[in-house]
Amino acid sequence: MRLKLVKQNTNFDFFSRWKMWLGISAVMMIVGFASFAIQGLNFGIDFRGGTTVRTESTQPVDVAVYRDAMAVLELGDISITEVFDPQFDADQNVAMIRIQAQEGQEAVTPDTIRAVQAALAVAIPDIKFVSVESVGPKVSGELIKTAALAVVLAIGAVLVYIWLRFEWQFALGAVAALVHDVILTIGVFSELQIKFDLAIIAALLTIVGYSLNDTVVVFDRVRENLRKYKKKPLNEVLNISINETLSRTVMTSVTTLLALISLYVLGGDVIRGFVFAMIWGVIVGTYSSVFVASTILLWLGVKRNWDKPDANVGNQYANIDA
Amino acid sequence: MLRIEGWKRVLIWAACALGLILALPNGFYTRVEQHNDAAQAIELGADTAENQALLAQWPSWMPSSLVNLGLDLRGGAHLLAEVQVEQVYASRMEASWPEIRDALRPERATVGTIRLQPSPPDELRIRIGEPAGMQRALQVVRGLAVPVQTLTGVGANDIEVRAAGDDVIVVTLSEAERLASDERTVQQSLEIVRRRIDEVGTREPTIQRQGAQRILIQVPGIGSAAELKEIIGTTAALTFNPVVNRTSDENAAPGVGNKLVPSLDEPGLFYVLESAPVVTGECLVDAQPSFDQNGSPAVSFRFNTQCARIFGDYTADNIGSPFAIVLDDEVVSAPVIQSHIPGGSGIITGNFDVEESTNLAVLLRAGALPAELTFLEERTIGPELGQDSIDAGKVATTVAFAAVLVFMFLSYGLFGLFANVALIINIGLIFGLLSLIGATLTLPGIAGIVLTVGMAVDANVLIFERIREELKSARGPARAIELGYEKALSAILDANITTFITAVILFAMGSGPVRGFAITLGLGILTSVFTAIFVTRLLVVMWFERRRPKTIEV
Repeated sequence: MRLKLVKQNTNFDFFSRWKMWLGISAVMMIVGFASFAIQGLNFGIDFRGGTTVRTESTQPVDVAVYRDAMAVLELGDISITEVFDPQFDADQNVAMIRIQAQEGQEAVTPDTIRAVQAALAVAIPDIKFVSVESVGPKVSGELIKTAALAVVLAIGAVLVYIWLRFEWQFALGAVAALVHDVILTIGVFSELQIKFDLAIIAALLTIVGYSLNDTVVVFDRVRENLRKYKKKPLNEVLNISINETLSRTVMTSVTTLLALISLYVLGGDVIRGFVFAMIWGVIVGTYSSVFVASTILLWLGVKRNWDKPDANVGNQYANIDA
Repeated sequence: MLRIEGWKRVLIWAACALGLILALPNGFYTRVEQHNDAAQAIELGADTAENQALLAQWPSWMPSSLVNLGLDLRGGAHLLAEVQVEQVYASRMEASWPEIRDALRPERATVGTIRLQPSPPDELRIRIGEPAGMQRALQVVRGLAVPVQTLTGVGANDIEVRAAGDDVIVVTLSEAERLASDERTVQQSLEIVRRRIDEVGTREPTIQRQGAQRILIQVPGIGSAAELKEIIGTTAALTFNPVVNRTSDENAAPGVGNKLVPSLDEPGLFYVLESAPVVTGECLVDAQPSFDQNGSPAVSFRFNTQCARIFGDYTADNIGSPFAIVLDDEVVSAPVIQSHIPGGSGIITGNFDVEESTNLAVLLRAGALPAELTFLEERTIGPELGQDSIDAGKVATTVAFAAVLVFMFLSYGLFGLFANVALIINIGLIFGLLSLIGATLTLPGIAGIVLTVGMAVDANVLIFERIREELKSARGPARAIELGYEKALSAILDANITTFITAVILFAMGSGPVRGFAITLGLGILTSVFTAIFVTRLLVVMWFERRRPKTIEV
């Protein structure tokens, strides 16, 4: 017997409460944005400069000891967090120390790093420095700009592609869903104060890609059904399309989540934030392709005489033979 | 009907086989790596039995390219350096002063006295005694300009000469020359950094230019970024300057065009030197450790012909006066010129021991960095952390893989198995392609592969779901399968092209680990589309031809 996550021939009405769904999304976006505006993101050193030191010791991490050891150096804001991971050995105690960029210094400061290592080695004799990373303020400023540009470019490129392949209403719907996903992801990072570094930008772009993937599959079916059911009202056509693709949407989300969750649990603490962003993005992206992209499409309306001018748009690949 | 021509089948299987063979060396990573190292060592002449044994670990007719492991997996140091190109302007201007002075001297009758004025580092301000001779002076100095040889700067000269007030001439480098100079400076720095790192002999360093004036340096296996900086940061700038004076006052005013430089061996002793050197270390063609007449260690050197002539002329004109050998802004020694030195070779003596003289020779040979490097970013990743990440990545990928395989089988039965075979081939192809293009696998790159495992089945899911739907309209299994592939195709392509666009943007804008992620994601999209629309289809068709089922269940 087959495992079926979604029954065949579902007939959910996704639009009976479309105002509510859009409302929920709007509220969540406002919350996310407000959180971002009020407490801001917990930027990693990639984006604000500074130094992180990852230490390892057989002795349990006592944050106060670390802090006292470095207090004499007067380095300004220092954050010390203990890192946990199920795969660490019993006597493997890992801490991350983050030191802010020192004032008036463009480049990184080897002296600071050396001083920190010396001070810690006195307080915790068997300490090891497994990684030390420093980013100067000059680069971190540029990295922020490049990252923001990358996200905007990706969304823009996608807007154009979907506009070319479908109609502008589809493009707007898809992009609204993407913006929704990006804002919610940034919101969750700011709300939970998870470290936001370069890798998270990669995750954001992947979320953009994934969410789009989902949206495009639904839209592709909408386009097909618009030709098939010429007389049905748009909301029915949309509903049919979403129901027809629902099984696939769920299947793909589940396989992707299966893979990501195993990476989240077993992949080590270094990329956990990155994987968390992607898991969140898959969930939000799946939701948004149904409840945001399609709803916006319904709201904007779409022209119905698909057959005449663009008769071959949907079929132009159909002649490829393997 | 469901038909795939024979030659297409051969092509599909050949592509898969090729990809898998290319991926194979990665399954025996250490062994192949040792084989490659041994092969390289033997080529360089170290044909020992040990190397031969290592070489034999992997058959040489097999492909032996491996996926490079990124710094975050292997451990090592990463530096982003910025070349301070402006420093070169200053030394260029400094060096041009003697030439300008000599050109103006014969014109003293019209231009009057010539004096160098205190000037900002990137320009030269010269005051002349007779404002009336300004036009003539400008003409003479402009006559020294040399056309810049660049594609963009056609017709531009290297220096710009203008009058400031009625008796000051200002000489600056032209915009075209600055650009050309920046380019040369960065190229030269890049080359020198590369030579210094090669001299230490680490495996697969990455030394890349980034943007206009930056150099990215990644060296796997090195202990720390500080260690790496020590290797590349030692400037060893060698110059030979005329000595004006000796003093013990460290606050002595050197005067315009001169500078105060401490002595290397004798604390408290300072030399006043002319800032413009007679010749610089860039002129060196060779430097070797040697011994002086008294048997103490020294470094002998030889200039190229151009500098040999300059040096020869200078020594001929200045017999009896001292000149200083300056290394990294310290005077190593300041001998008195005994005689004309025509051959362009000489010897640096100082209080060296043998090791110091050897190091100095190496540094001089490798050349001085034309300008200082400042470090904008530095990262050290310990090898243990890298190994932990690899181990965690392996476990996570295996579990993710197994979970998806089981899930696909449970959901689609036999068709799920076809998709699983395609998925396995898919992962093989990704590794094959990564090895082929010599890409670097990073930790986010592993995440990209895991994500691909999850998403690669998407194309198959689309097709299978579509076949299920088509089966409902009861057109017979063969027709349903065919329609399923046909109708799912546009969705597959649109969905994957959009994702691919984001991967390309990520690759173009990202750096380091993020770029590694973009590569695996992008390749994963290509291979998963290939396996879904060719490999699974071929499997389904082959199964269908053998069994000819009346009904199918997807």
